[in-house]
Amino acid sequence: MVETKSETKTVRFIITRQDTPDSAPYDEEFELAYRPNMNVISALMEIRRNPVTVQGKHTTAIAWDMNCLEEVCGACSMVINGKPRQSCTALIDQLEQPVRLAPMRTFPVVRDLQVDRSRMFDSLKKVKAWIPIDGTYNLGPGPRMPEKKRQWAYELSKCMTCGVCLEACPNVNSNSNFMGPQPLSQVRLFNAHPTGAMNKAERLNTIMSDGGLANCGNSQNCVQSCPKGIPLTTSIAALNRDTAIQQFRNFFGSDEV
Amino acid sequence: MAKNREFGNRRLHSLLGVIPIGLFLIFHLSVNFMATKGEETFNGAVHLIEYTPVKLLVEWVVIYLPIIFHAVYGIYIAFTAKNNLGRFSFFRNWMFMLQRLTGIITLIFLVWHIWETRVQAAMGAEVDFDMMAEIFSNPFMIVFYIVGIISAIFHFANGLWSFAVSWGLTVSPKSQKIMTYFTLIVFVLLSYIGVSAIFAFV
Repeated sequence: MVETKSETKTVRFIITRQDTPDSAPYDEEFELAYRPNMNVISALMEIRRNPVTVQGKHTTAIAWDMNCLEEVCGACSMVINGKPRQSCTALIDQLEQPVRLAPMRTFPVVRDLQVDRSRMFDSLKKVKAWIPIDGTYNLGPGPRMPEKKRQWAYELSKCMTCGVCLEACPNVNSNSNFMGPQPLSQVRLFNAHPTGAMNKAERLNTIMSDGGLANCGNSQNCVQSCPKGIPLTTSIAALNRDTAIQQFRNFFGSDEV
Repeated sequence: MAKNREFGNRRLHSLLGVIPIGLFLIFHLSVNFMATKGEETFNGAVHLIEYTPVKLLVEWVVIYLPIIFHAVYGIYIAFTAKNNLGRFSFFRNWMFMLQRLTGIITLIFLVWHIWETRVQAAMGAEVDFDMMAEIFSNPFMIVFYIVGIISAIFHFANGLWSFAVSWGLTVSPKSQKIMTYFTLIVFVLLSYIGVSAIFAFV
């Protein structure tokens, strides 16, 4: 009796599709047999095996990005029931039906649920979110980081460039050039590192340029939405303090190098 | 060299909202409040202000120019945002939207208010208790002024909160929370002062 019950149970999906980056989006509806422990990705794989809509129309397989399947790579982010999140950890049992899937439109849509996240990687290059240690000779070991600070910095290093904070931010949109919270928090991470701190002023000056830190409007959606719980707004406020000092240094000059 | 002005403009926008505009708002509401102590007290205060040395210069430097910059740049900020309360109905996102909305309402109110009082004064009208009583003989104007004043006070109180974040005064979540309560008290207090002054003229 229990088996027949689970056989009749189904999961319904309404998926926003888009064939090319420039074509108009449209919705397609799918119905799948329920299986225990299903997540959005396993459902998408199921649809890929037999891409037939509820109306019986044979369609193309849905395109989406995925990689690690354990919420550390950030590739499979999409808008699920209105909220941007990773599809690998979106369990069907915890979702309201029909499950609505849409791409994160803050980014250029490549196809269906697949978006081009390269603007975030460009931002990381722009703010130099790394620690330069290359030289023509061995520079020897760098200064040590206190363990307590390392643990604190580890939280900031959890960023997986998933794009959820940019999708949630009202100031990241087609009218604005704001880089969003993601690269800003990385500036704080690399400025906190004892070797990274050697390029602190350079990073601060970069985020003080157009499209940088000052574009934050304090809606604080980012910190509420971040799947890794990164204190993004604390990072932004801390950088506000750092840049406030930096702007005085830039204007009045400083004896500090 | 129009590049990379954004940071300076944003910071200036934030600063001007508190100094001098916010301070002027508190001063203005305090003078209005004297109307609750009687017609003569109010008229006395108004005349005292009229004796401000180099009044026109003070008005332009302390009031008009900062407000013009704050308003023009504020409109730009408000219209570059894409509000998303439907998907993210968090408290701060509400404040974000209301900050932009009250900014626009305050600007509309201000243009009307300056026309009705300061411009009329420049054209020879006497600014005193009777002028305001005359304006408030129209019940629509009472509602318009209440909405305008509450908007301005909300915009100032919540702007004070984001000023503290933008200048790096409140960094930790706890300090920002305490600032939320502080600015809430500022909002309630100034609203009481502002609205009770209106009813003193009625």
